[in-house]
Amino acid sequence: MPGKGRITSIKFGILSPDEIRKMSVTAIITNEVYDNDGMPIDGGPMDRRLGAIEPREVCPVCGNTRDSCPGHFGHIELAKPVIHVSFAKHIHMYLRTTCRVCGRLKISEEERKKYMELLKNLDELGLKYLKKRVHEYIRRKAAAQTKCPHCGAKQYKIRLEKPYTFYEEREEGVRRLNPAEVRKRLEKIPNEDVRLLGGDPNEARPEWMVLTVLPVPPRAVRPSILLETGIRSEDDLTHKLVDIIRSNNRLRELLDTGAPNAIIEEEWNLLQYHVTTYFDNQAPGIAVAKHRSGKVLKGITQRLKGKEGRFRGNLSGKRVDFSARTVISPDPNLSINEVGVPIDIARILTVPERVTPWNVDELRRLVINGPEKWPGANYVIKPDGRKINLKYVDRKALAETLAPGYIVERHLKDGDIVLFNRQPSLHRISIMAHVVRVLPYKTFRLNLLVCPPYNADFDGDEMNLHVPQGEEARAEARLLMLVEKHILTPRYGGPIIGGLQDYISGAFLLTNKSTLLTREDVIELLGVAGYEGEFPEPAILKPGSYWTGKQLISLFLPKDFNYKRLAKIGSAAALRCIDEDCPHDSLVVVKKGEFLIGVLDKASIGHEAPESLIHWLVKEYGEDTARLFMDYVYKMFLRFSEKYGFTMGYTHLLLPRKAREKVKEIILEKKNEVYELIEKYKRGELEPRPGRTLEETLEDEIIDLLSKKLLDAVAEAITPYFNLTNPVIIMARTGARGNPVNLTQMAAILGQQTIRGKRISRGYHNRTLPHFKPGDLGPEARGFIAHGFVEGLNPIEMFFHAAAGREGLTDTAVRTSQSGYMQRRLINALQDLRVEYDGTVRLPTGEIVQFRYGEDGVDPMKSDHGEAVKIDRVIEKVIGWRI
Amino acid sequence: MPQKTHHINILEHELVPKHEKLTPQEAVQLLKQLGIKPAQLPWITIDDPVVKALKAKPGDIIRIIRKSPTAGESIAYRYVVVDTLQPKKRGV
Repeated sequence: MPGKGRITSIKFGILSPDEIRKMSVTAIITNEVYDNDGMPIDGGPMDRRLGAIEPREVCPVCGNTRDSCPGHFGHIELAKPVIHVSFAKHIHMYLRTTCRVCGRLKISEEERKKYMELLKNLDELGLKYLKKRVHEYIRRKAAAQTKCPHCGAKQYKIRLEKPYTFYEEREEGVRRLNPAEVRKRLEKIPNEDVRLLGGDPNEARPEWMVLTVLPVPPRAVRPSILLETGIRSEDDLTHKLVDIIRSNNRLRELLDTGAPNAIIEEEWNLLQYHVTTYFDNQAPGIAVAKHRSGKVLKGITQRLKGKEGRFRGNLSGKRVDFSARTVISPDPNLSINEVGVPIDIARILTVPERVTPWNVDELRRLVINGPEKWPGANYVIKPDGRKINLKYVDRKALAETLAPGYIVERHLKDGDIVLFNRQPSLHRISIMAHVVRVLPYKTFRLNLLVCPPYNADFDGDEMNLHVPQGEEARAEARLLMLVEKHILTPRYGGPIIGGLQDYISGAFLLTNKSTLLTREDVIELLGVAGYEGEFPEPAILKPGSYWTGKQLISLFLPKDFNYKRLAKIGSAAALRCIDEDCPHDSLVVVKKGEFLIGVLDKASIGHEAPESLIHWLVKEYGEDTARLFMDYVYKMFLRFSEKYGFTMGYTHLLLPRKAREKVKEIILEKKNEVYELIEKYKRGELEPRPGRTLEETLEDEIIDLLSKKLLDAVAEAITPYFNLTNPVIIMARTGARGNPVNLTQMAAILGQQTIRGKRISRGYHNRTLPHFKPGDLGPEARGFIAHGFVEGLNPIEMFFHAAAGREGLTDTAVRTSQSGYMQRRLINALQDLRVEYDGTVRLPTGEIVQFRYGEDGVDPMKSDHGEAVKIDRVIEKVIGWRI
Repeated sequence: MPQKTHHINILEHELVPKHEKLTPQEAVQLLKQLGIKPAQLPWITIDDPVVKALKAKPGDIIRIIRKSPTAGESIAYRYVVVDTLQPKKRGV
């Protein structure tokens, strides 16, 4: 419904010389900017008629001061036409497709008629895309013509040399077309033919792409700045305009005095250069214009383009009020829904609260407290819309006058809802709503469990906080964006919020078979979990009362909850349980809310662990239940970890002498195999693998020997010395941190270091370091590290390790920038898609993209790893207590 | 070079999902159901081998029935259009 003040469409065109003159208030004729008194010279680039910009200055054109003067354009009459760089490509297209003599489209009369008819039909059908393709087709066809079908004139190839020079390739030689000639040709193109080529002769005649008049933007577009020294510094555009005017005047003079052609040509080129760099100072193929200081000037294009340009920087991206940013730090005592806000920030951020009979007393108190004392208020808005700053008024008196209809901008306080965000905001869970907890100190505090969705850690990360100001915005935030609503990720429906690191090792230790708790332990643990209910019966009575960790977990599970799953520690073959009767305790079974056997680890309570205990809790009992479980039970895990004194040190990685010798033996054996290979290669007995050279084959075999095979053999040799009583193993096996490879690397051997998947071979000529003989192919000379971190590396090994480590670092740096850009393009391409009520995916214009969202119409967030229904779980849920 | 001696019907190839031309009645019904104009359907060029094999003409609508790992079977439609970007023997 196009109504008043409603934009239905926008059309872009090119200014014609007439239009430029018509909208101009004055011709700019002199390159002198100010006179000796520092006043702007009339007819100069800072002519006063171009708009008022100084305080209290009155515009001589519109009579407004600088606040309401819109600014006015001037113009420069160019002595000779000049190509507009931004249109060079279009000009090239017109020149190629039309006759150089008669200016008509190089397509025969009948065909022209046919295309015109076709375009008219497409227009009626509203098929914009097809129209574009027809234009493209016509262009290609016309450009291929070597003889004009209308006048029969021979046509030559026209070459565009970037950025703005055109050449005609005749038989007798290549000839340059100057802008005047170009313009003459463009003028001859009939309107009808412009339309056939996809142009609009009313809004953009081709010859307007060659400038004869240059518009001079208002002063407000290019304000000069007054430096502290009192010296005026002009804007880059003004500088460029001065250059243009100077060159233009010189050119006109040369023309008037009838100077030789070569000199005119030279000045003309200079004018072209200045006009080009005025528009775009990064046009390919020309030198960038610089200040005297060597600083690169900013052209009009540079103002608009790129991340900090007008569009991305100022229009799509704006700065906002009611936001805060500071370093984040962890606080496991907060709920996952909460965020700790420093009191200093809470005193600055405000929420507008409307005065009602029910809150007037409270708000009076806040007004009296004022901006300094928390909880207070910073502003009061009167019913007439006036805003009163509480810093400068008698707050007691104002508080008295407070009545319904007033709005108090009060400090942020506990229970307020805010949006919390960490960049890069790659998915929707990078911004979630949190409930405020005002805390001392200067960092934002957040529960550790919400680190994964933000991808946050505490090595100096900063996060942003925004305070919604409207009732509707707050309601939406609370209902749609609250952290607990995002425990499941929209990526695949698994929990992205869940236990990590300490939580997991703590859960394992607590639920471990060998853990027996005394009465005091139980009281302490249930205390931190905020348990209110009957004290559980001890599991063991003789020789004393003892409780198991599993019992404590059971207290918090819903009474009809069934769950059966192999624990993470069961993923290692040695600890796998096939059925419930198993000594490893690696099968987790919960029947009717009773935690019977198994241990909790990453597979049950971890983040990004689909089909886990918390996953089913969220799905079957709601986000709220799951959140409470995370807020309370997870705290027990941490507390138990602390009580237990879970720690890891150097000694946990030490191997007995026998094992060390065994490892050395294995290493020596593999090394000898490598030497044998090298010998074989030197004797020429090595058979090349298919598709590889002899050298490549040798490298492949050596890498094969030294990395995979060696590490496997070493890992096999040392595993007997590590078991689940070792904290390092607990962490690795439960999924808390690290993996068995890390363990081997620490305890025994780092192995072969690689760069780009190859052994290290760069450095000096034919050798990696001066410590080796040239051509040495042995393991040590090519980055093999025969020691683990416990033993320590020798200097050469340390160097190789650093080299390989550096590669990983640069790789991640490169990857993040690349995937960031990919993400940007992807989001830009997909942002307007939407799933309609009929399940189709469409563009805003109604074009269909998918006939059913994702072919199956399933919302991944509500699915089980993409599956709409996981039938096994449904069975388990209902009769799981019986099987 | 040995010349092509026999034609195979690509519609019967196992990697080609089932394509069929809608009858005018079906087409009208589909458009009504989706509440759109034909041009708002995804397009398929007349030069597409499948369109050639079906002997469909510009303006026809083609139904594609695919096997889908998630949905079992998924149905899509294509609107046959002339691709103007590829110059052919007899103009457009």
